[in-house]
Amino acid sequence: MSDQPVIELKNLHKRFEQRPDLAQRLLAMVGKPIGLDTVHAVNGVDLTISRGQVVGLVGESGCGKSTLGRMVAGLIRPTEGTVSYQGRNAADLGGADRLAYILGVQMIFQDPQASLNPRQRLHQILGESLRVHKLAPKSEIGARVDQALAEVGLGSEYRERFPYQISGGQRQRIGIARALMVQPSFLVCDEPVAALDVSIQAQVINLFMDLRDRHGFTYLFISHDLGVVRHISDRVAIMYLGRIVEESSAEEIFARANHPYTQALLAEMPDVNKRGRKFTPIKGEIPSPLAPPSGCTFHPRCPHAMPRCREVVPPLIEIAPGHKSACHLNTP
Amino acid sequence: MNEKEILLDVRGLVTAFHTEQGAWPAVDGVDFVVRRGEILGLVGESGSGKSVTGFSLIGLIDAPGEVVAGQVLFDGVDLRTLDEEQLRQLRGERIAMIFQDPLMTLNPVLRVREQMTEAIFTHHPEISRQDATRRCVEALTMVGIPSPEKRLDSYPHEFSGGMRQRVAIAIAMLNRPELIIADEPTTALDVTIQGQILYQMQELCRAHDTAMIWITHDLGVVAELADRVAVMYAGRIVETGPVEQILSAPRHPYTQGLLQSMPATSEPGARLSQIDGMAPSLSGREAGCTFRPRCPHARPECAAAPPPNTVEADRSYRCYFPLQEAA
Repeated sequence: MSDQPVIELKNLHKRFEQRPDLAQRLLAMVGKPIGLDTVHAVNGVDLTISRGQVVGLVGESGCGKSTLGRMVAGLIRPTEGTVSYQGRNAADLGGADRLAYILGVQMIFQDPQASLNPRQRLHQILGESLRVHKLAPKSEIGARVDQALAEVGLGSEYRERFPYQISGGQRQRIGIARALMVQPSFLVCDEPVAALDVSIQAQVINLFMDLRDRHGFTYLFISHDLGVVRHISDRVAIMYLGRIVEESSAEEIFARANHPYTQALLAEMPDVNKRGRKFTPIKGEIPSPLAPPSGCTFHPRCPHAMPRCREVVPPLIEIAPGHKSACHLNTP
Repeated sequence: MNEKEILLDVRGLVTAFHTEQGAWPAVDGVDFVVRRGEILGLVGESGSGKSVTGFSLIGLIDAPGEVVAGQVLFDGVDLRTLDEEQLRQLRGERIAMIFQDPLMTLNPVLRVREQMTEAIFTHHPEISRQDATRRCVEALTMVGIPSPEKRLDSYPHEFSGGMRQRVAIAIAMLNRPELIIADEPTTALDVTIQGQILYQMQELCRAHDTAMIWITHDLGVVAELADRVAVMYAGRIVETGPVEQILSAPRHPYTQGLLQSMPATSEPGARLSQIDGMAPSLSGREAGCTFRPRCPHARPECAAAPPPNTVEADRSYRCYFPLQEAA
C-alpha cells in the first residue's frame, strides 16, 4: 500500500438551498428579505484516501455521508472546496482526463432494485457503459459481460434475466459487476450491504475483499454499521451533521475512540458477544440539519459538554499519530 | 425464571398462502412458549416466516393467507376459536402489536391525542376524558417523549422517525398489555435511537411484567435484549432456547452459520464464513430438512423427512446431526 493519494478532499462544502417560490421571488424583487432554508449537508470536510486503502465512513441518517460519497464520485458538484483525483482538481479536468476520473471512480448504491433498470436484461445493463463510452467493440461486449458476471460469482446464464428475476443479494452483485465493467480503480460504496440479510451480507462483504485482493481497488465504504466497517476498513472516519468528528486507523478507533460521539456509537452497536446488556443510551435526537446546534454540533447530546462547546466549533486536530479528533476535551 | 407461568403456548401453527399453484405454508408447524414477563427474540432472515408467525398469533392474516392448523393458547384460551369481535376485544387490551413502520400504525390525519384516547375508549368506555388524557400523558412520558402534554396535539408527521416509533409504543402500552408482539420496531432507526428504544422496552417489560415477542433479523439485538431466542428458517423454528446457550453453543448449523456470518464474531479483515446459496422461496422448499442444500454437514439422511424437534433440557432443535460443543 503506497501513500499516494487517489482522492483528496479539501474544505469540502455542500449546501442545498430551497428554491424560492413565486411569492418569495416577488418579495425579493421588491427588496424584501426572504428566509430560505439551507441544509448544510457537508460542512468543511478534509479527507485523504490513499491507493489501496479501504476508508470506512460512518454516520447516522442525515449526517451527510451519502452526499460526501456522491461528491467524491463526481455525481454532484461541491458548493465550496475541491475534490482532487490523483493530485488534480476534478473540477478542472476536461476531455480524456475527465473521462478517466468519472470511469475510474465508480459508485455502488444501497438499493440495487432502484439502481437497475427493470426493463433491461442484465447483459444490457452491464454492457451499457461500454457502448455509451465506446470502450469496446460490439463483438467483445458479450465476453466482457460474462467476465464481469464471473467476477461477482454469477454464471453466464444470468445474462438474459431481468432484475426482478434475481434475488436481492444477486442484484447487489449485478450493481458491483456494472461498476467493474469500466475497470475502475476506486469504488464508492454507499451502504452496499444494508438491505441484505446477514448470510447474504457476509457473501457480499467477502466479494468486496476478494475484489480488493485481486485488483487492488481503493474503497470509500459508507455505512451506518460499525460492525461491517470494522471488518473491512483500514481507516475509519466518523461523521456527525456534516463534519468529520474523528478519523483514524480502524484498529485505533475501535480500541481508543476519542470523540464522545464515537464512544456512544460503539456502545450502542448491537453485538452478539454482549448478553443481556443493561442499556445506557445517549440522550436526545439527531438535530435537524436545517438548524444545527451552535459550536460543536454534538453538544446537546454530549455527556461532557462544557460552555465552550456551545460557542466554538472544535477543530479536527491530531491527538496521536494518524488519529484525529474534533473535541474540546483534547485541548483543555 | 422458569417457574413463571406460561402466557402464550403456540402448538403446530401452520399459515399457508393460497395461490393458483396451490397452498404454500409460509409458517410450517411452529411451536413455542412465552412466559409472563419474558422477552422472546424471534430471529430469521427475509421470507423465513417470522412476521407471518407474529401476525398469525392475533388473527391479522388476510387472504390469500390463512392459518390452517395449530393452536394459539393465550392464558389457556385458544385464540383460533375466538370470533372476530372477541379477538378485537383482546387486541390492544391484553395483546398489543408494534410494527416496523410507525407511519403505518399512526393515522396521518388525526392528532396523537385522538389516536391514543381511541385505544382507551374502545376498551374502557367508562373512563372519563380527563383520566384518559392523564393516561396518555403517562404513557408518552414513559417512552421518553419530552413535553408530552404539548405533543398530544401534534400530528404524526411532526415527529421524527424515532419519536413516531415511541408514540406507537406508547399506544401499545396504554392498556398495560400482558403480551407485546414487536415486528422489527427498530430496524429503520439509527443505532443511537435504537439503543434508546431497546433500553426503554426492556425497562417497561421489567416494570410491568409484560411478555414480549421481538421479531428481528438482528442477532446482535437479540443477544442484548432477549431472555430466550427462537431461530426460524423457511417456515420452521430450527432452534430455540435461552439466549446464552443458543448463541454460545448453537446445535443447528443454520444458527451457527448466522452467527459466523456476523462481522463481529470474526477477526477484522479475515474472510467471513458465509452460508452459501440463498434461502429457498416458498414454492422451492426441499422435502426433508429445508436447510439441507446450504448445510455444510448435510448427509443423504437429511433428505428423507423434516427433522423432528429434539428437546434437550431447556432448549430444542430440529437437526439430525446437531453440532456438539467444542470439547
